[in-house]
Amino acid sequence: MFKYVIKRLLIAVLILFGISVLIYFLIRLMPVNYIEDKVRTQMSNNGGISEEDLQRMLALYGLDDNSFLGILKGYWNWFTGFLKGDLGTSFQYNIKVETIIKEKMGISFGISFVSLIIEMLIAIPLGIKCACNQYGKIDYTVTVLCMVGMAFPSFFLGNMFIKWFAVDLGWFETGGLVSIDLPHGSNIFVRFGDMAWHLVLPLFVMVILDIGSLMRYTRTNTLEVLNADYIRTARAKGLSEGKVVYKHVFRNTLIPLITVLASTLPMLFGGAMITETVFDIPGIGQTAYNALKIGDIPLAMGYNMFMAVLTVLGTLLADLMYAVVDPRVKLAK
Amino acid sequence: MEENNKTEKDVVPATGAGGNFNDNLHGENLTERAKVLSPGMTVLKRFFRSKLSVIGLVMLIALFLFSFLGPVFSKWSGNGGTVKDFDTINVIGTYIPITYTGADGTVYEAYDVTIDDKLLPYNSLGGITADHWMGTDYEGNDVFTRLMLGGRVSLTIGFVVIILETLLGVLLGGLAGYFGKWVDQLIMRLVDILSCIPSLPIMLILGAVFDSLGIVTISKLYYMMLVLTLLGWTGVARLVRGQILTLREQEFMLAAKCSGLSTGKKIFKHLLPNIIPQLIVFMTLGLGSVILMEATLGYLGIGAPLGTATWGNIINLASVSRYRNYYPNLWLGSGICITFAILAFNFVGDGLRDAFDPKMKR
Repeated sequence: MFKYVIKRLLIAVLILFGISVLIYFLIRLMPVNYIEDKVRTQMSNNGGISEEDLQRMLALYGLDDNSFLGILKGYWNWFTGFLKGDLGTSFQYNIKVETIIKEKMGISFGISFVSLIIEMLIAIPLGIKCACNQYGKIDYTVTVLCMVGMAFPSFFLGNMFIKWFAVDLGWFETGGLVSIDLPHGSNIFVRFGDMAWHLVLPLFVMVILDIGSLMRYTRTNTLEVLNADYIRTARAKGLSEGKVVYKHVFRNTLIPLITVLASTLPMLFGGAMITETVFDIPGIGQTAYNALKIGDIPLAMGYNMFMAVLTVLGTLLADLMYAVVDPRVKLAK
Repeated sequence: MEENNKTEKDVVPATGAGGNFNDNLHGENLTERAKVLSPGMTVLKRFFRSKLSVIGLVMLIALFLFSFLGPVFSKWSGNGGTVKDFDTINVIGTYIPITYTGADGTVYEAYDVTIDDKLLPYNSLGGITADHWMGTDYEGNDVFTRLMLGGRVSLTIGFVVIILETLLGVLLGGLAGYFGKWVDQLIMRLVDILSCIPSLPIMLILGAVFDSLGIVTISKLYYMMLVLTLLGWTGVARLVRGQILTLREQEFMLAAKCSGLSTGKKIFKHLLPNIIPQLIVFMTLGLGSVILMEATLGYLGIGAPLGTATWGNIINLASVSRYRNYYPNLWLGSGICITFAILAFNFVGDGLRDAFDPKMKR
């Protein structure tokens, strides 16, 4: 087990290195250059800055040389910083990338976490119910509804909700987190209520989109458990159907679900980029989207590496969890 | 005909002959009386037995007819610029006001209203009429026609990408699984890297890179498909490798080895046919996700070249709050089409998976 983890971690380091090289080179190939755009704006405003100043500025940020060697040098700078735990300073915010990620992660995590809880509260009982009535009316209805939910593109559903519930009916806000007319200095409950009100639609969208896969996963697992010998034994010894389902089936269904939870790690912390963009939520997803669009290289790199680390860790955790919760599983050396 | 699907070849008694033992006594051959179903036929039969897969198939056929045949019957070209699209004069004029200060000192705003074929938009943002079933967009194009044209591009992208992905994935996954050792290590680490890359940020970056390289015309579509393929083949490769690893150890492969078959023959004649069911399922389910990816890119404005009608580019209008709030006719149809397509591919894919699975009984 220990050897396995070490091996996986070593491979993870290799993967992360590959990803960082790939992403850095691609980002540097992007036509948008935040520093150049900013300096040129200043140039056109007062003319006090010359072309040489611009070149000096670019050199200062390590963006002057766009040849292969220049990019390689830039990568080396980023890489040595990364090894020291320094992701650099964001061009647009002028603060450390780590600080931005930490700050923006909270809201994304909050939303994803609440939606995950809601999903589990609905999907797991529903999945078990469906499996117990396989091919019944409930099963068909729920399966079809789940598939419809899974088929919706998030931006379509989000914009539809905004159009209907926020614009036409005026029940909710169109986006953002804080109402403009919120009195300054309102107490924390009012502010929290206001924020929660803004988050109703995004949460709905996230739950509808993701609940299907969780429900279907639970259903498949439950079906497998229901066919197991120990369930037959439980029935044979005369337990009531309710006891069989709640005591024997339910618990065993949860085992594989734990691994699913581990693999939701990137989604949980990394934010839903599109949903956040649609609803204008200042979470990490939207921040990264804007950083990518305007060419804020340190922030974009930081976000992508953050996501990659989460993905790698999530997969590793899922595999380990599987072995931990189910002693029958042996990890290959 | 309930439970005899367990074996690969089904022997289903022909109608009327069931259970009549006397038939054999009369010297008749069993094979003449019984219908032998090939594995393919069994799968088909099981596929069509499921209601959802049939619904999915019908939806797919409808979408294809809508997209590929529909525009033929349309009065409008959907791409603007031709006289065919110009309605009877509704709104004519440029939207660029000319401001000038009059003799009395007040600033006037003038709109140059000219009747000129080259000036767009004619019938801009027109409502729903008998002629325009979904109204017209800003350029005066018929939304309904554009929706059909968009389906052509979006569905084609889906198919091209998924086929390329599968070819690449089968090749590399097959190599990794068959040869093992360092080939396997190399390819699988590449797969790991590619599958850990957050795909949306990468597409955002690449979209900008394409723009900077001046790839803005229709060729951007090809590059986009290429990139989607390069990012998406890892799933197929994993699947193929895993399958080949198990198949490689089976007796029939030992037999193939003993009979001295060449490597190519072993791979293409004995290994690949065994993974085709999984591949078909994977491709069907993957089609939905490729279409979703195209739509997402279009929505973010980095997908197919602007102006080309694709479902993604049409739903891009929903990101403009004016269109989102007051002109749902522009983008609602496209969203419904995308959802329909994904749903249909998922229905069919699920149906195929169940049909191919010999353990599934029902």
